[in-house]
Amino acid sequence: MNTTAQVLEKNRNRILELWMQNQLSEASLRDDLMTSEELQRQSQDMLDALLRAISKENYGNIYAQEFEQVTDTLRDISITRARQGFSPRETGAYVLSLKKALSEILVEERAEDPTTLYKELIAINNLLDNLSIVTFETFIKGREEVILRQTDEISEISTPVIRVWDGILALPIIGTLDSARTQIVMENLLQEIVNTGSNIAILDISGVPAVDSLVAQHLIKTVSATRLMGAECIISGIRAEIAQTIVHLGIDLSNIKTKASLASALQLAFSMTNLEVRRSEKKLGLNFSR
Amino acid sequence: MERIPILKMGPFLLVTIQVDLYDRLALNLENDLISMVSQTGARGVLIDISAVSIVDSFMGRILGNIASMSRIMDAETVVVGMQPAVAITLVELGLTLQGVYTALNVEKGMELLNKKLGSDLAQDEDEEDDQDDRDE
Amino acid sequence: MIVMSKDTMEIVREQDVVPFRNRVREFCTRIGMSLVNQTKLITAASELVRNMLKYANGGEVLLEIVSQNAKTGVRLTFTDQGPGISDIALAMRDGFSTGRSLGLGLPGTKRLVNEFDLKSQPGQGTTVTVIHWKHGR
Repeated sequence: MNTTAQVLEKNRNRILELWMQNQLSEASLRDDLMTSEELQRQSQDMLDALLRAISKENYGNIYAQEFEQVTDTLRDISITRARQGFSPRETGAYVLSLKKALSEILVEERAEDPTTLYKELIAINNLLDNLSIVTFETFIKGREEVILRQTDEISEISTPVIRVWDGILALPIIGTLDSARTQIVMENLLQEIVNTGSNIAILDISGVPAVDSLVAQHLIKTVSATRLMGAECIISGIRAEIAQTIVHLGIDLSNIKTKASLASALQLAFSMTNLEVRRSEKKLGLNFSR
Repeated sequence: MERIPILKMGPFLLVTIQVDLYDRLALNLENDLISMVSQTGARGVLIDISAVSIVDSFMGRILGNIASMSRIMDAETVVVGMQPAVAITLVELGLTLQGVYTALNVEKGMELLNKKLGSDLAQDEDEEDDQDDRDE
Repeated sequence: MIVMSKDTMEIVREQDVVPFRNRVREFCTRIGMSLVNQTKLITAASELVRNMLKYANGGEVLLEIVSQNAKTGVRLTFTDQGPGISDIALAMRDGFSTGRSLGLGLPGTKRLVNEFDLKSQPGQGTTVTVIHWKHGR
């Protein structure tokens, strides 16, 4: 009697055909992200690798050496799909539709021998389930990489230091302030203080969604570091709900100058540097002389 | 023995630390500086650490000590020119140099001391005025 | 974890501290660590080496460049034959000190580095291992 691997090998072309049919009939097929030729080529590679692997009569351990190429190809496909924006369902359907194709062939070939069929189906099912776990693991890892890269990009672009006046810097913080972000904020701010010789820095937290004790601690650290450099720090943009949480959490900001708006912080900065802003007394009527 | 030079500039003393201090040198600096304050009756001490790349808790303690000792002798201490990386590290370490004034550079440190000294003098004058008023 | 390069240094007197810090800096620059992360690691190393001198009359430091999961970093292992620490939890508490210091020692040092591990047996010395990654975190 032929082994499972031999039976499948004999039907290689039909399996591929069935598998492609299954994939193409999936409602979720993304022909916008991938052409059917590409899909065909990908599936062919995958099937070749899989048949080669099970020709060693190993249906259980996908970490064995003969499966290396299968898992590698699968990881490759999953990670590409994760980056291209496929959904988990679409990615999972790839392996699951192969399972369906393999099962159909076995059912046909072993019609007269239910006992063998039963055993073989279980083995193939287990194998393909294991492979789909690999698919998911890799898919999620791929998505995490995307997220990580975006986090890096966000923290880099979102901390501009603005010179609002001679000797006065402003730094609007947008988004959550975690410890990695705090370090970038501090580095940018302190370096700019040195570069411009500024005495006052305004940290505007209007764009920070929530202030908990950890965020407050990061703010206090930034203020302390600024003071060590010899500059003074004002925190502005404290909304009503932020003031409420700060008090409810018992966070002590009494040593720090705080203002509700950037405008009032700027005013305070002016008075600290003995500057005064006045409306100039222009003669009216000149504009109408035409 | 190697020593850090201390310059006298009017009513102030200026120390520029150019090397990474090992402990003996730092302790010598503390001694020398305090005896200079008492000899010259200086009203302010400027310590320029812009060339110092590492301040650990030992060095932090020396700076704190100098400030506290000078204050007892009626002189304020300003640490100037701390590097950003050093400031970030000190804050993380939990060392915020309480009681030590800071400034961006020597020039601004001098300004700060003058301002402190100026307001002190003004206060003294006010008190004298009060005294005069009472005398009359 | 893969060790890519290593070196050891004996610390027996207070004058060894500055050369040791320079050696740590050399390792940091070799992997291109940013200035702030360098400063944090060197300051932590300085604190630990001082502890070693103060409580155990010196010891040995192993400096290594290590790599794990595509991250590169500097690992420092401080080993001494001193009296050891009897209550590690207490020693790691903010504000605690047996010597005449600011009591920032161990907890402050821990905050400066990415990974911190302390092993000690009373009477058998102390081993502290710290790792700081190239990009921090």
